[in-house]
Amino acid sequence: MKFVDEFRDMDVARQYFDQIARITTRPWTIMEICGGQTHAIVKNGIDQLLSNNITLLHGPGCPVCVTPVESIDKAIEIASRENVIFCSFGDMLRIPGTSKNLMIVKAEGGDIRVVYSPLDSLKIAKQNPDKEIVFFAIGFETTAPANALTVQRAKLQGLANFSMLTSMVLVPPAIETILASPGCTVDGFLAAGHVCTIMGYKEYENISKTYNVPIVVTGFEPLDILQGIHMTITQLEAGKGEVSNQYSRAVKREGNQTARNLMNEVFSIINRKWRGLGEIPESGLVLSDSFAEFDAEKRFDLKDVEVEESIECIGALILRGEKKPPDCPAFGTRCNPEQPLGATMVSTEGACAAYYQYRKHDSNVLKKPGE
Amino acid sequence: MKSDIHSANFDQKNILLAHGGGGKLMHQLLENIFFPIFGSNPSKNGLDGAIIEQQNGRLAFTTDSYVVDPLFFPGGNIGNLAVNGTVNDLAMCGAKPLFLSVGFIIEEGFSVRILKEVVLSMQREAVEANVQIVTGDTKVVDKGKGSGIYINTSGIGIIEHNLNISPSNICPGDSIIVNEDIGRHGIAVMSERGSFDFRTNIKSDCTSLASTVMNLLKLGVNIHCLHDLTRGGLASALVEIAQISKKQLKINEDSIPVHDSVHSACEILGIDPIYVANEGGFVIFVAPDETDKTLKILRTDNRWKNAAIIGEVSDKQDDLVTIKNVLGVERILDMLSGEQLPRIC
Repeated sequence: MKFVDEFRDMDVARQYFDQIARITTRPWTIMEICGGQTHAIVKNGIDQLLSNNITLLHGPGCPVCVTPVESIDKAIEIASRENVIFCSFGDMLRIPGTSKNLMIVKAEGGDIRVVYSPLDSLKIAKQNPDKEIVFFAIGFETTAPANALTVQRAKLQGLANFSMLTSMVLVPPAIETILASPGCTVDGFLAAGHVCTIMGYKEYENISKTYNVPIVVTGFEPLDILQGIHMTITQLEAGKGEVSNQYSRAVKREGNQTARNLMNEVFSIINRKWRGLGEIPESGLVLSDSFAEFDAEKRFDLKDVEVEESIECIGALILRGEKKPPDCPAFGTRCNPEQPLGATMVSTEGACAAYYQYRKHDSNVLKKPGE
Repeated sequence: MKSDIHSANFDQKNILLAHGGGGKLMHQLLENIFFPIFGSNPSKNGLDGAIIEQQNGRLAFTTDSYVVDPLFFPGGNIGNLAVNGTVNDLAMCGAKPLFLSVGFIIEEGFSVRILKEVVLSMQREAVEANVQIVTGDTKVVDKGKGSGIYINTSGIGIIEHNLNISPSNICPGDSIIVNEDIGRHGIAVMSERGSFDFRTNIKSDCTSLASTVMNLLKLGVNIHCLHDLTRGGLASALVEIAQISKKQLKINEDSIPVHDSVHSACEILGIDPIYVANEGGFVIFVAPDETDKTLKILRTDNRWKNAAIIGEVSDKQDDLVTIKNVLGVERILDMLSGEQLPRIC
């Protein structure tokens, strides 16, 4: 398939592995930000084929995983109400809240619809004028423009029965939080290509400079990731800490200006709690004052609550890159995708789910080619 | 009896509760739609069931229920599925399908025109698969308590050979062959669902496998195991076989045929075609010296031009499926936990 197969070419991949091994003189730790990259790495065994002195850590870039329990509980509260049709991405349904998840609410009679695009919830709102339609808007900068467009259209079309429960987050403040943490071992980052398609990478230039850390905007195919790693190590070996763009076929420095303007019009930036990372200043998006009428928390008069996360789940440490899924004593035993203790085991982009799907049986069948 | 929809003298537009009530309306429905189209009427002898002559051989018996949403999708409808699904289950036992029963659960208000269309599709597929629909049942549920129409079919087939076609019969070194490119049914159905706003030229692969299996048997292929690739796709079929046989299956990702459009749709949605449903796909396990013959026979059928060897049975006895990817790395192939969901970003 065009534009995909070229980025999965085995011969080119081998050349990258060789070159990376050749230029690496000491151990380096690189964190890929995006959950999609984590899955591509684990699925394709890229971490296993890299030289032993390169460690890949999996970052907080799974939109479902970083959504705090409080947001899930709010979603459950709204979705349980009579007269509400609650629209959500499918992944969110299985994430455990404090006492149950949205799947259970659905089985109890809640009208919960899985949608592929937030705009689908507007169609549902038009078809059901006597119901309150709520869309659960989660995710990073990648999904934010579609959410913004949805609210903007709802306003234009005067859809008074539509509102949005927001739990949207921004990547650069999370990178800064990881870098500022005393336990940080990350030498370089692969930034998420899709996020940067929208936002560009100007914001990363300051971070890179402040912490003298290479940040390479990287795509999602095996060769994208290998080239991203190669570019990161090239910088590290030369003592550089700059932003560079591997994913130039999709990402421009200034990003997608139309999408950014739309986000600026509809959302304001606030402090936001992340699952695993705690509250991060100016890391969340919320509906701005001129769109406040579509804020589901206000419409349903929800109170802020503080919730303790599961004690057994080490998802927080995994999202910070301090642990890997197999380090968890519950991994694959008390915690699995059918009965997850935490979000990282549920989401298709979660690191625990990736390890469970591709590595659960471990070393006896996982080997490097030629062994 | 000749199947001719034009003989149907039935002026109801929508199904009423009374059509399942056992009274006059139900008899009208039977006599105007089901009996003429299916060409059978067990009740004309005053019997509640079909009488089947004693068969000379082992029998295979299976049942399946069909609740597909939407009812119509590119390449088929719930009726095609309901016949082919059960016919194929019999074929996968190495049995020649003979008789089907059909049970309809219809929601009050369901369009009679659509019902006729579904029933006609069922009959067409039954003729194609050389199987008779000999008995049935109809129930009507209150509006809002069903999703248009649900169909259950059960089937009886006869096993006219002495082979032991089963996962426990696979041997180290056996070739694993898939008859077609994978994932078309699942993508066709997804493209038709309201929630996925994308269009594709992909049609469901829904088709009968009976003639294919009968032909392989007739031409003397020593089939070790057969498995269709329905829900859960190729991956689930392989994992199931590995678990039952307690043997490791080694698959090459590169060898699995996938149509470009299916590949594209899967890339866009962020799902893996190996887990996507098929309704005409199957895997066949044969000894290495029967591989070429099997492929040749399959490829004589225009539907199976893309048949391919995708892997082999390893001599390791660890009930796992390993898949070697394009980079040459092996990983474990597992069943899915829950449904495959489109990526969020």
